[in-house]
Amino acid sequence: MNIPEHSFDIIIVGAGGAGMRAALQLSRAGFRAALVSKVFPTRSHTVSAQGGITAALGNMDDDNWIWHMFDTVKGADYIGDQDSIEYMCRNAREVVYELEHMGLPFSRLDNGKIYQRPFGGQSKNFGKGGQATRTSAAADRTGHALLHTLYQQNLKYDTMFFNEWYTLDLVKNDNGAIVGVVAMCIETGELSFLKGRAVILATGGAGQIYKSTTNALINTGDGIGMVLRAGLLVQDMEMWQFHPTGISGSGVLVTEGCRGEGGYLVNCDGERFMERYAPNAKDLASRDVVARSISMEIREGRGCGKRKDHVHLKLDHLGEDVIKGFLPGIRELSITFANSDPIKTPIPVVPTCHYMMGGIPTNKSGQVITLDDNGKDVIVEGLYAVGECACVSVHGANRLGGNSLLDLVVFGRAAGDHFIANFSNFDNISLVSDANIEQAAGRFYDWNSKSGKMSIADIRQNMKIVMQNNFGVFRTGDVMKDGLKIIMKLKDDLKNACISDKSYTYNMLRVEAFELDNLISVAAAVALSANLRTESRGAHSREDYPKRDDKNWIKHMLVDASNNVYFRPVNENPTLVPAFKPVARTY
Amino acid sequence: MLISIYRYDYRLGNDYKMEDYTIDPDECDGVMLLDALNYIKANIDPSLNYRRSCGEGVCGSDAMNINGKNGLACITSLKNFKNKIILRPLPGMPVIRDLVVDLTNFYNQYKKVKPYLQNDDSISYEGERLQLKTDRKKIDGLYECILCACCTSACPSYWWNPDQFLGPAAALQSARFVKDSRDTKTHERLIELDNKFNIFRCRTIMSCTYVCPKGLNPSKAISELRLEMLHKKI
Repeated sequence: MNIPEHSFDIIIVGAGGAGMRAALQLSRAGFRAALVSKVFPTRSHTVSAQGGITAALGNMDDDNWIWHMFDTVKGADYIGDQDSIEYMCRNAREVVYELEHMGLPFSRLDNGKIYQRPFGGQSKNFGKGGQATRTSAAADRTGHALLHTLYQQNLKYDTMFFNEWYTLDLVKNDNGAIVGVVAMCIETGELSFLKGRAVILATGGAGQIYKSTTNALINTGDGIGMVLRAGLLVQDMEMWQFHPTGISGSGVLVTEGCRGEGGYLVNCDGERFMERYAPNAKDLASRDVVARSISMEIREGRGCGKRKDHVHLKLDHLGEDVIKGFLPGIRELSITFANSDPIKTPIPVVPTCHYMMGGIPTNKSGQVITLDDNGKDVIVEGLYAVGECACVSVHGANRLGGNSLLDLVVFGRAAGDHFIANFSNFDNISLVSDANIEQAAGRFYDWNSKSGKMSIADIRQNMKIVMQNNFGVFRTGDVMKDGLKIIMKLKDDLKNACISDKSYTYNMLRVEAFELDNLISVAAAVALSANLRTESRGAHSREDYPKRDDKNWIKHMLVDASNNVYFRPVNENPTLVPAFKPVARTY
Repeated sequence: MLISIYRYDYRLGNDYKMEDYTIDPDECDGVMLLDALNYIKANIDPSLNYRRSCGEGVCGSDAMNINGKNGLACITSLKNFKNKIILRPLPGMPVIRDLVVDLTNFYNQYKKVKPYLQNDDSISYEGERLQLKTDRKKIDGLYECILCACCTSACPSYWWNPDQFLGPAAALQSARFVKDSRDTKTHERLIELDNKFNIFRCRTIMSCTYVCPKGLNPSKAISELRLEMLHKKI
């Protein structure tokens, strides 16, 4: 084996919002940061974020970061870590101003300040002061504006990009420290060992485990797969957000900002049904609540269309100026994918898989956590995780809209800062052996030598259907038990799959095979965790256990690659404010 | 429906060939051309290669030449076609494999215009930097570019001088920063543009504007840059 080695201070895997924010922090401080991405950076999925980034700037109305914190803790249904949530909300203003200074083209108010719109689950005065207006936006293209701005800044500070390089696995030395990654250049099929004092995983979500999803085709949970194969843990994997408004049929996302601007949902009778389910917040209740309400309407026969399988999002009453001024991208998508111009006719929408609240457990500096034999937290040396692939646990059981972009930049920056302050302590790089590198390259050779008959596309399709049918908005024990069995069988089937095209030139089939390893790992972790959590909390809604069980279930669930299950307490120790205690969650 | 696709591998040294695939649009998982390509890769020919990601026209991965016109496969409806679709890689770019082209030069031209805000203000966390609504409006139609390369690869001037002419996409980015009221290097930016090639190789053919999947107008942006240079007496 002869794998060339390239040495850097730090390796960042993934060039979405979190990875690029981390890379920027490091490059700007003069570190040699290598940013490895399987797509050109501006193709990362952050680009699809629409509505905005939440921060209590108070540009439209009174606001306070502690109110933002309260809303986030409540939205998370009380299994979000309160120290992390506090850190995120407290730093929100600063990171948004920073982004503005980098050139992010925010929409503006008449007084020249950053435009903000109301989003779901936002309130003033701890839920008692009515709807807050807290989400800063660049029209309905905030993710695009943010991602391009971060890419531009990374160009300015000379981050070293490895674009269209696929990361196979983490390189772990004999002491258990992470010392780099093995990655493949997609264009040539060549492997390299990218060595660094630490690795930051920022590989994003895994929505491709579901059949209908707002997620891009590249969201295959690569970081989750890598961590599981390295013998580490993933946390809260049962928590998947279904966005209330994906365009029926295609699953394309329609931002919550539509409802923030005054749009609302109606059933086939033209009834504004959210008034029944959430009398106060109505259409701006939390996403899990709205998604369940839509599913109930459809289930009870009040869906729209010939097949009664969706509801309508009505925007026409907002007028042409609002739609063209603040929702131009949505109008474009609706015309393209639903053949409906929202200025005149409503958009057909249905709850669609959107966001993974769980992920790789970390502390608020992004350092990855695992458990020792006594169940105590231990830091994994040389490994960080940030963004959607991480579970620093600011989203708990349900994420609020606008908090994901915030999560990316706050914790991307925090991980960068932590490395800058501590890099001299990361001195494991001399201890890497050839065997460590070979192990990380193993998947490449395995797939080359496999000769089974099963097709990658078939296994993937079956997995997507099972996850969709058995682990959707509403879940029950029997159905999930069957689902878990099928997923485990599909995991076995992988041994009998092969790549029929073994070319080394831009071979996307090879990449899809690597991705499928990761997708199945994610699906198995989701299926296992969802089976075990015997209560309804946030996005995890069980018909056989319809109640929230605070006595037994205010805790994080962790699983490993061998289906072992562990638990961690939820952090209820914020530093500046008293913890928020669980109360009934109504909107 | 017949889809005829350009097949090539730079390492094999063979000439390209067109390969025909017959599909039933009803069997595809969606109504767009990208869904048809995904169907072909999953069910007919796993060795077919193309870039793809978001599937909704914002990431800019799946730009290709569709029946002679550049566009994004994910927002091109199959219903637009009667019975035959011919897919080729973006013109004027070296082909790596099948529909995948080498965009290195395209990205280098982008980098050349210093596509980042230049401003010496320090960040204050007490109050924000303001921008007038009317000033912000000046970069509408410029900041939305997704770098898909449809425009630049459709430009005959770029085909002739890809190393020296910026091409429509990079020129549009230049305009995005020249017109941003927060950027303090406007004059320097315009001086850097001042040679025979950078933007003056544009012959207003307007292929760029014709193909832009986001409805942007790089042609107009280039004219406005030239006007700006005139006003500033560069």
